[in-house]
Amino acid sequence: MSLLAVHDLAVARGGLRAVEGVSFTLQGGKALILRGPNGIGKTTLLRCVAGLQPPVAGRIEMAADAVAYAAHADGLKSALTVAENLRFWAQVFGGGDEDRALERMDLAALADRPALALSAGQKRRLGLARLLVSGRPLWVLDEPTVSLDAASVARFADMIRMHLSGGGAALMATHIDLGLDEAQVLDLTPYRATPGRVERPAGFNEAFA
Amino acid sequence: MLALLKRDLTLATRAGGGFGLAVAFFLILCALVPFGVGPDSEALRPIAPGILWVGALLSSLLSLDRIFALDHEDGSLDLLATAPIPLEGVVAVKALAHWITTGLPLVVAAPVFGLLLHLPGGAVSWLILSLLIGTPALSMLGAFGAGVTVGLRRGGLLLSLLVLPLYIPTLIFGTEVTRRGAEAGDPFTPMLFLGGITAGVLALVPFAAAAALRVNLR
Amino acid sequence: MSIWEYANPVKFMRVSGAVLPWLVATAAICTTGGVAWGFLTPEDYRQGSTVKIVFLHVPAAMMAINIWVMMLVASLIWLIRRHHVSALAAKAAAPVGAVMTLIALATGAIWGQPMWGTWWEWDPRLTSFLILLLFYIGYIALWSSIEDADSAADLTGVLCLVGSVFALLSRYAVMFWNQGLHQGASLSVAEGERMSAVYRYPLYLSMLGFLLLFLALVLIRTRTEIRRRRLAALQAREMRG
Repeated sequence: MSLLAVHDLAVARGGLRAVEGVSFTLQGGKALILRGPNGIGKTTLLRCVAGLQPPVAGRIEMAADAVAYAAHADGLKSALTVAENLRFWAQVFGGGDEDRALERMDLAALADRPALALSAGQKRRLGLARLLVSGRPLWVLDEPTVSLDAASVARFADMIRMHLSGGGAALMATHIDLGLDEAQVLDLTPYRATPGRVERPAGFNEAFA
Repeated sequence: MLALLKRDLTLATRAGGGFGLAVAFFLILCALVPFGVGPDSEALRPIAPGILWVGALLSSLLSLDRIFALDHEDGSLDLLATAPIPLEGVVAVKALAHWITTGLPLVVAAPVFGLLLHLPGGAVSWLILSLLIGTPALSMLGAFGAGVTVGLRRGGLLLSLLVLPLYIPTLIFGTEVTRRGAEAGDPFTPMLFLGGITAGVLALVPFAAAAALRVNLR
Repeated sequence: MSIWEYANPVKFMRVSGAVLPWLVATAAICTTGGVAWGFLTPEDYRQGSTVKIVFLHVPAAMMAINIWVMMLVASLIWLIRRHHVSALAAKAAAPVGAVMTLIALATGAIWGQPMWGTWWEWDPRLTSFLILLLFYIGYIALWSSIEDADSAADLTGVLCLVGSVFALLSRYAVMFWNQGLHQGASLSVAEGERMSAVYRYPLYLSMLGFLLLFLALVLIRTRTEIRRRRLAALQAREMRG
């Protein structure tokens, strides 16, 4: 049973198609890493899968409320403590064990500190701990290892591995090698959209080309 | 949804949340008017309902851009959009939080500030009632404006420009209730209109605001 | 062949380019003709020579409202059918509508001074037009502050929808708030005392002229917008490489 199936997907950025004709399926227990040069549309594709942006063409098939999305911004409130931040997202996404998530990301000692006091790497770890409490099977991660040191990257890779072994899946865009044996790589370069007249323009920049 | 309401209320009352600023602004406004029109109580009394309503309206305008802007900056809005709550619900809860932290304190403060402006005693209960009915519409329309301007860097001024014209019907009927209450007229007709507008706004505007947010998220 | 084919930018440019010279010429003839004919009409026994401003005031006021309605329709077409030219036409119409509202307000003030003895009165009609002007300003300001054309078109469309409801609501609220001294609609059939034919025909001509003038201006402005979007599209494509 696949968690995510993408058929002939085209996504647009800035009113122009970025990539088109992308198809892949993602089974439980697998990870897919998107590669490609800057600006090809990795972020846009991930946002489409997360449901934040409508695709221009194609279909995305998955169960409702399956995605946990994490991007550059971690959605942390500096006025709340680490534990409060995490508890909020746990409640919004319908529960999950916050204490265990803090333990796993090595943040337990900081639980009562305000998020304001955290370093960039600690904030990132807290943002990723949110994935654990979301209880969702499909993780969509945009550059998850930004501002993490080597030890934290290893811990993050462990976290992914645990998630995959529990039947979850991960779709991510990252430039570094996480050392995941379960991961396949999809290079988006061949799917770069070719300019030209189209039936349904993605935006003003295509409608008036 | 309850968790979101609780978080917004907590954030508003913690350091940097700006809780109470609206009431302080309201006080300054009510104190400035007599400096402008003179201390004569005969001059102040008839305009008191209008000043209080306009003051409450401008004060609630101050914190509107915070409804979505902060959540947009730190990425919370993206995450909320992927949460199992409909975006319309997020809008409604955020408007409610804005009303509790801004509108409700204004309703409580208005009769006190009314003393400064020699508001007739008979009008006080009508003032409270009209503000209680009218201010939720202000918060919800403000949430719409905030949703439209959330992606803009300097959206604050534009937000006021977009939202203030939408406040006109509520302002007209709100002051009418208070004025008629002060003059022992019939305040029920404008009150019905005021309530009708608020009910309509609460029922329909969340959809428009959520649509605007979706555009700004993509 | 469907009417929607004219929403295709290429086709729109071709057809509008062919129509435009004729439209501009007729608009110029009708507008100047209507206003000049109006100026030559005899003086009204009550209002004297001031009545002649009606040939600017009434057409401008009529267009002020109708242009907003046209923007609403164009916005709806954009939001429902996603025709890009429609969104640009709504954008192009807004400043014209705002200027028409300003003309109506200004000529109203100039007319009101000798008639009512005041430049401004918080009469329901005057107030409604002032509120309409605020909505025009908000709409134009929103278009000009959003850089991304796709977001701008969607957001202004939603604003136009919400604004229309509130403009209508404000009109009734204002009528509740103050019963005014503005004279009734000059051309309404229900009125017992109607405008005499001497004034009516030049007024009709002037109204037709304003309508054609609006159409010409909107076509010109929409064509400019389309060219600007083409330029932006070329630049975007170049950036993408």
